[in-house]
Amino acid sequence: MATEANLSLWVRQVRAIVAFDLKRNFFGKRALLVYLLAMMPIALLVLVALLNPGGAEVSTRLPIIYSVFYNSLILRTIIFFGCAWIFMNLFRGEIVDRSLHYYFLSSVRRELIVTGKYLSGVLTSVILFTTVTVVCMLLVFFPHYYSSSLRFFFDGPGLGQLVWYVTITILACIGYGAFFLVVGLFVRNPIIPALLLYGWEWINFLLPPLLKKISVIHYLNSLVPVPISEGPIAVVAEPTPAWISIPALLIVTALVLFLAGTRIRRMEVRYGSE
Amino acid sequence: MSETSDNTIVFHNVSKFYGEILGVNRVTLEIRAGITSLVGPNGAGKTTLMNLMCGLLRPTRGTIRVLGVPTDQPQLLFRKLGYCSQFDSFPGGLTGRDFINSFLRISGFTRRQADELAEKALVRVDLIAAADRKIGGYSKGMRQRVRLAQAIAHDPSVLILDEPLNGLDPMVRAETIALFKQFAAEGLHLIISSHILHEVDMMSDRVVLLNNGYVVAEGGIQGVREEMDVEHPVQVLIRCDRPSVLAAQIFQNTDVVEARVHDDRKGLFVKLRNPDQFYLSLNRVVAEGTIEVESIAPVDDDLSAVYEYLIGAQ
Repeated sequence: MATEANLSLWVRQVRAIVAFDLKRNFFGKRALLVYLLAMMPIALLVLVALLNPGGAEVSTRLPIIYSVFYNSLILRTIIFFGCAWIFMNLFRGEIVDRSLHYYFLSSVRRELIVTGKYLSGVLTSVILFTTVTVVCMLLVFFPHYYSSSLRFFFDGPGLGQLVWYVTITILACIGYGAFFLVVGLFVRNPIIPALLLYGWEWINFLLPPLLKKISVIHYLNSLVPVPISEGPIAVVAEPTPAWISIPALLIVTALVLFLAGTRIRRMEVRYGSE
Repeated sequence: MSETSDNTIVFHNVSKFYGEILGVNRVTLEIRAGITSLVGPNGAGKTTLMNLMCGLLRPTRGTIRVLGVPTDQPQLLFRKLGYCSQFDSFPGGLTGRDFINSFLRISGFTRRQADELAEKALVRVDLIAAADRKIGGYSKGMRQRVRLAQAIAHDPSVLILDEPLNGLDPMVRAETIALFKQFAAEGLHLIISSHILHEVDMMSDRVVLLNNGYVVAEGGIQGVREEMDVEHPVQVLIRCDRPSVLAAQIFQNTDVVEARVHDDRKGLFVKLRNPDQFYLSLNRVVAEGTIEVESIAPVDDDLSAVYEYLIGAQ
């Protein structure tokens, strides 16, 4: 029996949890919905690529079109609901399946269970949604404007923009993931808080500057490489600089996970009452 | 921590309430090595007591220590404890071997250690042939055994088994009981809940009788039975050739409370308070040679009788 209560044991345990949960996140019965969700924007853009007559040069509007597409569909809908499904099921799914007790009956600190499950969720969502982000951007540019798109990406701002979109996707998975993990852990019906957050994120453009900052989307929007107009009735607020928004998001995530780690130590397994 | 409490499971004034509903109340127990059975009707508090021991539930009041370890430290507790719960559910899509192996890895064992321990556990519960099949295709008895294998895989000192014989066919039941006895002989603490009294009777060193969340009796079955002598005199069946004559003679003994001739007229049921004294006087009657006694056997000193007296009547 491993007796060393040290970092290497914890790392081994977290790795074991991540490996175990990754398999189930990707190949379990619940993965199908996430795949369908992830395929949606790709399928849509493939359809557009097939129907669009195309042109010789990359239009200056294309980066804006992708920014709108990314912001409204990929970030606010696909990543949001994808993360909701993946992270809520990390614990809620185990409770529904009545298998959470196997983790709790293992010789492992419960905080490490939270850490391992969270990391498996982050890896799953990042792999899926960065793929969606990259493929969708390439689908917007390349089908009809191949050579000018190559120039846009390798001699112009394209690659830099792509890196930022991928960064935003990763941060969204980290931030939303932490929120949904906690919701899945402690709320019996997690759909309600998810919808509340969804509504809050959507009305963010109407909120006064101070309230805007109590949201994930505000920090993510601050990082968007091609800013888009939020409409005539939007309340304009200065975007938060990247050097603040990225650490702020990570710090809030760490605090949320710390809260989850604290709470899980006192958590009881009573499937009958769930 | 005293040496004794490092070798026992100690409940000190433990209560558990689910809101306003009582789980168990004011339980003070000390469980030593060997087989201890928790017995009681549905809702008596058996599973609550087991879940409290494993830290799946937290006591509303009181403290629990398993071999000196508090139940809120799973990283220490589950090096010593294995729990085979009643939940017939598993993480999806796993084979029996993967299931055991995965949770050994999560407990911190290396891949090699986990492989070896999983193999050993599967052999022990006689499931090696089906080890690489999906659990979803297992029979109920096989699922029960794979859970048992998972509970024993890390060689715990304490094994808690909630209705472990459910769903097993008679042959496997007998093998499983023999396995439990072997564990007990190896010095393990086995805490078993079961509602099949004759099986509990057969394998237990001690019983804890629970009813409505309270411990109504605990100890060796004989000890518990003897403590009930005043309210429930011991009943014996004396097989003999002249039961009516024997009845007339033994009624002179003040320890005899009641005597009744068996329906087949070849035996006598006797209720008595002080069995040892009674047997001495019975020897004298037999020595006179007027009555031929074939056998004397207690009929209500088993767990079923104790259960009936303490719980069944309520």
